[in-house]
Amino acid sequence: MQRSKNDVWVGLFVLLGGAAILFLALQSANLLSLNFQKTYAVEAKFDNVGGLKPKAAVRSAGVLVGRVERISFDDKSFQARVTMAMESRYAFPKDSSLKILTSGLLGEQYLGLEPGADEKNLVAGDTITATQSAVVLESLISQFLYSKAADGSATDKPKP
Amino acid sequence: MSWYKPADVGLAVRRQLADMGLGARLLLRLLLTSGPTFRRFSLVRDQIHFLGNYSLVIIAVSGLFVGLVFGLQGYYTLQRYGSSEALGLLVTLSLVRELGPVVTALLFAGRAGTSLTAEIGLMKAGEQISVMEMMAVDPIQRVLAPRFWAGVIAMPLLAAVFSSMGVIGGWLVGVVMIGVDSGSFWSQIQGGVDVWQDVGNGIIKSVVFGVAVTFIALLQGYEAQATPEGVAAATTRTVVLASLTVLGLDFILTALMFVI
Repeated sequence: MQRSKNDVWVGLFVLLGGAAILFLALQSANLLSLNFQKTYAVEAKFDNVGGLKPKAAVRSAGVLVGRVERISFDDKSFQARVTMAMESRYAFPKDSSLKILTSGLLGEQYLGLEPGADEKNLVAGDTITATQSAVVLESLISQFLYSKAADGSATDKPKP
Repeated sequence: MSWYKPADVGLAVRRQLADMGLGARLLLRLLLTSGPTFRRFSLVRDQIHFLGNYSLVIIAVSGLFVGLVFGLQGYYTLQRYGSSEALGLLVTLSLVRELGPVVTALLFAGRAGTSLTAEIGLMKAGEQISVMEMMAVDPIQRVLAPRFWAGVIAMPLLAAVFSSMGVIGGWLVGVVMIGVDSGSFWSQIQGGVDVWQDVGNGIIKSVVFGVAVTFIALLQGYEAQATPEGVAAATTRTVVLASLTVLGLDFILTALMFVI
């Protein structure tokens, strides 16, 4: 093999390219934080999940404790069935409640888990029943309009 | 007399078809001779050195400046909505999904594609290609195939360097210059970029562009008229055709990959 000078430079180039791909994969997409920890599946039923997506975070006290695994529709109760993978190192009481929250004004939606007071803990396959649906702007506005209209008719009546 | 003659139109259509068939045949031969090419890897290595290493500076500097400008312009728009923390996500997603592969391919066509066309065109003008054929050396296997594979290998690496430098540029403007919170800058990126969906598809894109640009450059060089004017015209055609092909392919690939 001749011209080993080229070998060194090409090797450096390939190394640099590989490092760039690694940088994008690790620093940007955070491959390292894909946790290979054990999880247990918990279900919850919501009247409305809004813009919640699979892989959304489940947070308790702001700390990531699990992720949404999948969202499906239950055609018996006509509710959304959300399956979550909770990290095994955290245990929560059976009567914990879930809320759909939004991070920031335009941020993504996530699940907020508030621990209850039950002595028993959630185990795999449990269903959380105390849930609060996502806030839908349209229903919020219509509620506001109805209450306004009700106020208006109440104040109009005694006039004459 | 009309402004065209039917015979001219027929000739033009026929010539286009013949060009296309010739291109397909050359591509097939390039792919079929790849076995012997990789057995003599030193040829490919030298071409990677020529195409990749020498393009590295222009790619890295362009990436850095695209990232810097993106940081400034993105911040200008995002701060109106009070979400300047999303700057990192904006810069990273646009670079990894679109700008990285596309701009790298355009720069690569200008920096490396032209030199490939001119080199092979001049080899043809100097009758080196004919001499090789006389000596029973397949010029496609000996000259074209190493250059082709070198281009295909170098392009994704260059695109990754471009995107990384762009992210660093966005970080320089956003975090160091303007003062966006460093933690939320990175966490927004990490929350919003998917390894396979975004980074992986970007790499697939750049491989496709590598094939397209390198092949167009080689085809134009191989089919160039063996005169100074012919080589000049072929070099121009390389840049024009390669750029248009990259943009067209990008639309198709984006439509295929990122349809939700």
